Amino acid sequence: MSRQYETVIGLEVHVELATKTKIFCGCSTEFGGAPNSHTCPVCMGMPGALPVLNRQVVEYALAVGLAANCQINQYCKFDRKNYFYPDNPQNYQISQLYLPICHDGWVEIETAGGTKRIGIHEIHMEEDAGKLIHDEWEDCSLVDFNRSGVPLIEIVSEPDMRNADEVLAYLDKLRMMIQYLGASDCKLQEGSMRADVNLSVREAGSPRLGTRTEMKNLNSFKAIARAIEGEKRRQIELIEEGKMVIQETRRWDDNKEYSYAMRSKEDAQDYRYFPDPDLMPVVISDEWIKEIRHRQPELQPEKMRRYQEEFRLPEYDAEILTSSKHMADVFEETVALCGKPKEVSNWLMVEAMRLLKEHEQDAQDMSFGPANLAKLIDLVDRGVVNRTVAKAVFEAIFARDVDPAAYVEEKGLKMVSDEGALRTVIEGVLEANPQSVADYRNGKEKAMGFLVGQTMRAMKGKADPSVVNKIVKELLTK
Amino acid sequence: MADWQIGRSRFEIGVKESLKQNTCAAIGEENSKNLAAVERSGGMSVLELNALELGKKIKSGEVTVLEAVEACLARIKEMEPTIHAYVTVVDEERAVERAKKVQAMIEEGALTSPLAGVPVAVKDNLCTKDLRTTCSSNILYNFVPPYTAEAVWNLEKAGAVILGKTNMDEFAMGSTTETSAFGVTRNPWNTEHVPGGSSGGSCAAVAAKECFYALGSDTGGSIRQPSSFCGVTGIKPTYGTVSRYGLIAYGSSLDQVGPIGKTVSDCAAVLEAVSSYDNKDSTSIPRKDLDFTSALVDDVKGMRIGIPRDYLGEGLDEEVRAAVLEAAGEMRQRGAVVEEFDLSLTEYAIPAYYVIASAEASSNLARFDGVKYGLRAKEYEGLHQMYKKSRSQGFGPEVKRRIMLGSFVLSSGYYDAYYLKALRTKALIKEAFDRAFAEYDMILGPAAPTTAPKLGESLRDPLKMYLGDIYTVAVNLAGLPAMTAPWGQDKQGLPVGLQLIGDCFQEKKIIRAAYTFEQIREGR
Repeated sequence: MSRQYETVIGLEVHVELATKTKIFCGCSTEFGGAPNSHTCPVCMGMPGALPVLNRQVVEYALAVGLAANCQINQYCKFDRKNYFYPDNPQNYQISQLYLPICHDGWVEIETAGGTKRIGIHEIHMEEDAGKLIHDEWEDCSLVDFNRSGVPLIEIVSEPDMRNADEVLAYLDKLRMMIQYLGASDCKLQEGSMRADVNLSVREAGSPRLGTRTEMKNLNSFKAIARAIEGEKRRQIELIEEGKMVIQETRRWDDNKEYSYAMRSKEDAQDYRYFPDPDLMPVVISDEWIKEIRHRQPELQPEKMRRYQEEFRLPEYDAEILTSSKHMADVFEETVALCGKPKEVSNWLMVEAMRLLKEHEQDAQDMSFGPANLAKLIDLVDRGVVNRTVAKAVFEAIFARDVDPAAYVEEKGLKMVSDEGALRTVIEGVLEANPQSVADYRNGKEKAMGFLVGQTMRAMKGKADPSVVNKIVKELLTK
Repeated sequence: MADWQIGRSRFEIGVKESLKQNTCAAIGEENSKNLAAVERSGGMSVLELNALELGKKIKSGEVTVLEAVEACLARIKEMEPTIHAYVTVVDEERAVERAKKVQAMIEEGALTSPLAGVPVAVKDNLCTKDLRTTCSSNILYNFVPPYTAEAVWNLEKAGAVILGKTNMDEFAMGSTTETSAFGVTRNPWNTEHVPGGSSGGSCAAVAAKECFYALGSDTGGSIRQPSSFCGVTGIKPTYGTVSRYGLIAYGSSLDQVGPIGKTVSDCAAVLEAVSSYDNKDSTSIPRKDLDFTSALVDDVKGMRIGIPRDYLGEGLDEEVRAAVLEAAGEMRQRGAVVEEFDLSLTEYAIPAYYVIASAEASSNLARFDGVKYGLRAKEYEGLHQMYKKSRSQGFGPEVKRRIMLGSFVLSSGYYDAYYLKALRTKALIKEAFDRAFAEYDMILGPAAPTTAPKLGESLRDPLKMYLGDIYTVAVNLAGLPAMTAPWGQDKQGLPVGLQLIGDCFQEKKIIRAAYTFEQIREGR
C-alpha cells in the first residue's frame, strides 16, 4: 500500500425502548410468547385500525436526546415510509423523516488520542416490524407480528469516527447512557440494540469524502470490529486497483468474515415519505422538557465522580463499578446495607468481574442481590469465615444468590480459631514434615509458609490464619 | 424462488360462509308477517315513518322492533332486484335475534335512546364484527372484521338493529356508486339514473325505504352529493367529531362518518348518537356541544347567510341555480340576511383534493396485499408476483387510477411540486372560509352542479366526474361541517339538494337552517 488512507465512519443505531406496551397500541412488548399472541387490529394492519402514540416512547426519546446534548424539535411529526414487505402489516412503517424529535447533539468518548466528541445528527422514533419465519418443511413463510409496533429510536451519528476502537467506544458510551436512563437494556445479541455501519475511505488529508457503503447484520461488538476492518480493506483494494467503490448496502457474514452486496443505490426504493395523517403532531412544551430533565437520573460521569468523593474510592475502582448501571446499583445498595465501600468494591471488582469473564457474561447479567453480599462481608468482618472460604461462599452467592450464613452453617465452613484443636493438628503436620522443620531451623524462613499451608489444607481452609501462624512459629522456635 | 405462502391470519373465515350473507339470498322466502305489521300500524306501513317516529312508537309499544325489522327485510326483498342498495343483508335469523334482544332491553328500560330498536343500514366501509365488510371491492370480498367501528358501536349501544351493508363506490372512490365491484345501485326516483356516490347505497336505501336511516362517509362529498341526488338529508360533521376507528380509510385527513336520513330531525338525532370522543382515534376531538337535536328550531331571524358567487357560476345547471336562489329568497322572507360574496380559490379545491386524497389513499390501500386477509391471487410465483396479481385482480380501474396518481405525487422529485403545494392550497382554502365565517353564520349553495346523471354517463370521462365535486370537496379540505337538505325536483322529477356549510363546530347553525327549510317544504 503506497498511499495513506483515512477511514470515515458514521453509525445508525436502533434501540428498542423499554416500554411495557407498543408504540401505537396497547399490546405487550414482552419478548417471546406464542406467535401472534401480542397482537391486535392496530399492530396487524387490519382495515380501519388507527395508531395512537404511546407517551412513554416520547419521554424515553427525549431522555436519550437530552443526555446526548441534542436540540429538541418541540413540534415534531410522524411520517409514513412506504414499502411492501410481509413483515410490515400496513406496508408502511411509521417513522420520522421531516421533523425528528432530536437533532444536533454529541457524546464524548475516550480515545488513544484523548477525549473526542462524536456528533449526533438526529434521533427519531419509529415502529419495529414483525418477524418472518420460513417453514422449510411446508415450504411456506409465516409471519409473527409480536414485534410489530415495538417502539424503537434510531440514533444517527455524524461521520466522526475513524477506526473500530472509536466505534466501539461510541457504542459503549451510548449503551451505558441508555441503560442508565432505563430507556432500554441495549442487548446486541437479543437485538434490542442494532448498529448499521456507514463507512468510506479517502486519501489522508483529502477534504472530500469517499463513496460510502452501509453494512448491516452486525450482532456483536466483535463482529462490528471485524466488519470495519474487512470493509476498509475491501474499499482500499478497490481504489488501489483503480476501481470505483459503489454506494450500496452490504450484509456482513461474520462466519466468512466477508460482506455481500444487498442492494445498490440505483435500485434503492423510493419510500414516498409523507406525514402520517392518522397521527397528530407531537408538541413538546418547555415544561415537559424541564420535567424530563429534572427526572433524568445520575449518569455515569457524575456517578464516577461521586464515588471518588463520597466513598473515597480510587478513580480506577469508580470507573469499573460505574461501567454498568446494574453493577453500580448493586454496589450502592450493598454499601447502604453494610457500609464498607472499599470492601464491597473489592468483591465486585475482583471476584464478580473474574466470574463474569469466566462465564462470558455482562455485568447486567449478575443476578444476586445486595443483601447476601452484605451478609458475607459481615461474616468476614466478624471472623466467622476466613477470606479463602469467603471466596467459595461468594461463588455460591454469584451463582445462586444463597444466604451466606445458612450456607456456611450447612457446609460447616466456620472458621476454627480454637488454639487447643489447632495445636494438635499443627503438631501432626510438623511430625509429618521433619525436613521442613529442619530447614526452618537452619534459617530457611520460607519453610514456615509451607507448613502453614499444609495446616490450612488439613483444616480444609477453615482455620483462622492468624492463630495458625502464631502456633506454627511458637512450635518451630521451641 | 420458492412459492411464498404467508400464514393466513386467524381472522379469516370461510368464503362460502360469508357469501351466504350476500344480497337478497339471505332473506327468508316468507314475508307475510310484514302485512300484519302494516295493518297494525293503522293501514299505513311502518316504512312510511321516519326514524324518530318509529322510535317513539316502539317505545310506546305500538310497533315492535321485530315488526319494524321484518317490514324492512320484506321491503329489501321487494326492492333489491331493482335498486341494489345493499352489498350484504344480514341473515334474517341474526336480525330477528337482535330485534328480540333490543325489544327486551327497551321493555326493561335498559335502552332509552330515541333510536332504540330502529333498523339502520351501514355503509360497507365501516367495520362490523362478524358481518362481511367489503368496501365494494373484490380485494375484500371475503373480509369479516374481528371488531366493530366506533361509530357503529355507538349506534348499537343506542339499540340500533343493523339490516346490512350498503353499496358504495369501491373504497369510496367515485361519485356514482358505479365503481362498486358488486354492481351498480340505481336511483329510486328514476332507476335509469345513478344515486350519486360514494355513499349511493346508503342514500338509495333511505330513499327506497329499505331502512329508516343509514350511515355514510364523506371524503369529498360522498354523503352530501348522493343525498342531493336521492332527495334525502345527510350531514358531514366537523372533522374529528365522529371517530374514524373502524372506518376503512380512503383519505384519512378528510374522511368523516355521518348520518343519512329522511328528515333533519332524524339526522340530528343520529349524529348525536354516533358522535363521541374516542381515544382510539388520534384525530378525535372532545366536544361538549353534541346535543345537536337542541338546534331543531324553526327560526332563522337575523341569521347571516352568504352565497359564494363562485358557486353560482359556469357549469351550474339552471334549474339547480334557480332552486338555490328560491331557497335564499325564502330565508330572506323569514328574516335572514342573505348576501352573495366572493369565496375565492374555488377552482383550486378540486386539484388540491385529488392530490391529497389520492396520496393518502395510495398509502392507506397498501395493506391490501393478499398476505393477511382478503383476496389472494390463486396462481403466482414468488412474493412479488403474489402482490402484483392479488392487487391487479382485487382493485378496480378507478382505485388503480388513484393509487397511481397518489404514488406519483408522493414520489421523490415530485413531492414538493404536488403534495406540498396541495397542502399549502388546503391551508389557503381554510383561510378563505375563515374570512367568510367572520362575516356569515352559514354558507348556502348547491350540493352538486346537476341532478343525478344517467347510469353509464360519468365513468366515460373521469375528469368531468371529478369536476362534479366542485361544491363539496373544499369543505373536507377545511374540515368543516356541511349538510344536504332536499329542495324540490327538476323538470325530470329528480331531486335537487341544497348544501349548507358551517364553520368548524357550528353544526347547530346549519341544522337550524335545514330544519327551517324542511318546515317550509312541508308547509307547501
